Amino acid sequence: MQESILNSVILLSSLGSVAAVVLFVVSKKFYVYEDPLISEVEDILPAANCGGCGSPGCKAFAEKLVNTEDISELFCPVGGNEIMAQVSSILGKEVVEKDPTLAVVRCQGGCDVRPKTTEYQGPRSCAISSIIYSGETDCQYGCLGDGDCVQVCKFDAMYMDINTGLPVVISDKCTSCGACVDACPRGIIEMRPKQKRDLKVFVGCLNEDKAGIARKACNVACIGCSKCEDICPKDAITMTNNLAYIDPIACTLCRKCVEVCPTHSIIETNFPPKKVKKDTAEKKVNVESVKINTDA
Amino acid sequence: MLKTFLKGGVHPPENKLTSSKPIKRMSVPKVVYVPISQHIGIPAEIVVNIKDKVEIGQVIAKSGGFVSSNIHSPVCGTVTKLDKIVDTKGYKKQCIVIRTDPKNASNFEEPTLTLKKNFDLSSDEILNKINDSGIVGLGGATFPSHVKLSIKEGVAIDHLIVNGVECEPFLTADHRLMLEKAEEIIVGIKILMSALHVDKAIIGIENNKRDAIEVLKELARNETGIKVASLEVKYPQGSEKQLIQALLNREVPKNGLPLDVGVIVHNVGTIFAIYQAIQHNIPLTERVVTVTGKNLKNASNYWVKIGTPIKDLVNEVGGLPEGTRKIVNGGPMMGQAIKNLDVPVTKGTSGILVIPEGEASRGEVKNCIRCSDCVTVCPMGLEPHLLMNLSEKGLYDRANDEDILTCIECGSCSYVCPSNRPLLDYIRFGKSIVKQLNTV
Repeated sequence: MQESILNSVILLSSLGSVAAVVLFVVSKKFYVYEDPLISEVEDILPAANCGGCGSPGCKAFAEKLVNTEDISELFCPVGGNEIMAQVSSILGKEVVEKDPTLAVVRCQGGCDVRPKTTEYQGPRSCAISSIIYSGETDCQYGCLGDGDCVQVCKFDAMYMDINTGLPVVISDKCTSCGACVDACPRGIIEMRPKQKRDLKVFVGCLNEDKAGIARKACNVACIGCSKCEDICPKDAITMTNNLAYIDPIACTLCRKCVEVCPTHSIIETNFPPKKVKKDTAEKKVNVESVKINTDA
Repeated sequence: MLKTFLKGGVHPPENKLTSSKPIKRMSVPKVVYVPISQHIGIPAEIVVNIKDKVEIGQVIAKSGGFVSSNIHSPVCGTVTKLDKIVDTKGYKKQCIVIRTDPKNASNFEEPTLTLKKNFDLSSDEILNKINDSGIVGLGGATFPSHVKLSIKEGVAIDHLIVNGVECEPFLTADHRLMLEKAEEIIVGIKILMSALHVDKAIIGIENNKRDAIEVLKELARNETGIKVASLEVKYPQGSEKQLIQALLNREVPKNGLPLDVGVIVHNVGTIFAIYQAIQHNIPLTERVVTVTGKNLKNASNYWVKIGTPIKDLVNEVGGLPEGTRKIVNGGPMMGQAIKNLDVPVTKGTSGILVIPEGEASRGEVKNCIRCSDCVTVCPMGLEPHLLMNLSEKGLYDRANDEDILTCIECGSCSYVCPSNRPLLDYIRFGKSIVKQLNTV
């Protein structure tokens, strides 16, 4: 009994020591040198492996940062300036600060304002349906509503609004990795600089058709009337192909354009409610109508 | 045993409702919308201005390069707009809008042309004339014909194949053309044979068009080198590669062209257009279109001016019947459902198919049951179920290795799938991505 225990202990420990020797020799013999900086940089990076930097993952990006001399063009959108500053201090290379950006959806053509004219029965994917045809509505520029952008978002920062059928960006979660921008076959998602308190003013439309055609396809389409361009005090708005575009850098968020837009295609978000008489009058009406509804 | 291609193929119900209807002349539309990109390749460049008066056959857009084609005015009238009009897919494309002059008699005259058999042009002259006349492959692919006919030196060609297969269900445009313009087609074949310096031509026709086979056989008896071959009815025999295999038992190599096996293939419609261009100097401004559907009252074949809105075609056959669910540009297998009725007829429109409720919908998509029906019917010997999965999962390198690019998009796999899987949709998507990746 005792002998068998002893035998097995001796056998196993000798096997173990032989294996240890083999492993030691192999690890010395086939040792691959890796710059310790790479793992140090990789530890700082967000480990999201989103591909927003253009590299296939954080490890690859760390290698790139260590191996390239001039890293001023490299940037981790998820980590932002903070992480890049740390990288800079480790590597002793200069990085360029970038303004944080945020994805915005430039289409408001929900089910209620953009009527469906045809029915699509193929696979529910924007990439496929855009190859086959121009979508279920008459607007060939707007959202197809199949949610390719939501599927590629690795940060759960997007969801499809059930009521409108449009994607919504959750600003707090968006890391501006740009995956949704690449996934959208229509190019309706744009990266815009993040403003203080997440205030946003942008044209929520990409329709380049003439006024009549655009309006027929969608109630909130930009009809290219140029009213916003005329009223803008900072010349931040340009008109190309019947479509207004607000330059986010020149824009001072004065919201004059929002007021004059006849189709409400310019979107403002996160602004506190205005304290104007006209607005309050409208609110009263709203309250009344709500009352009527509850009575009924 | 009738000849046919070896691998795969399906037998959809033929439904050739209009095969006994002679080709009628469509009434001249009030306005025509002529797209500048009706062919594969570079769009043509507009050479007219708004308010210009144009004559029938006048060049209104000039070929934009080698792989491109001239576009001629189909009517006498005034250019009113250079606008963007929806195409079949619903995307707006540049068009030349011409209002027909109702007082000009040449718009309404029916051309009475006598058969002209003799020609004495050199190959270069014939090629130039084909190029000038804006002739493209009228089978549906709309590949500019002069490009197909410009053969590099050192390439030996021994056969001209004339494609009169028309394997798409419902369509009868080529069938009627072969019956009514048989002599012209024979002359057209002789023109091409002399231009290409080939002494053998084969007209391939499926056996469901016996009358056309007989007529052409009778005419071909007096000609040296022209043969008519009747083929077993099987879809997609009208595809170039399948037709060459059926007639000559030669296999076009992967990523190759018919030229690699010494063959050149042209559709009968194209041959007739070439005859018109060479013998009567008439450019391509109209084509035969089958307007058909089970519930249509006056389904028939029509000579239609290029640029006629489909709305006018539908009115011609007595309006849309009740319960219409889908209108397809082309046949039921390869055609595309149109977005709205403003879409104009282009050089590639071979038919308009009106599908009623109940037949237009796709069935519920279920799981793949590994029955391998799609593999059996694929005429290119591919594995559609695998290609679909690879495209869906984004494994494009593997899809490329599995020869996704050789798919001819005939739709046989989607047609037979008992689980209604959207095989072709995904394969088409995968192809577009693989093509992009290969060009980078």
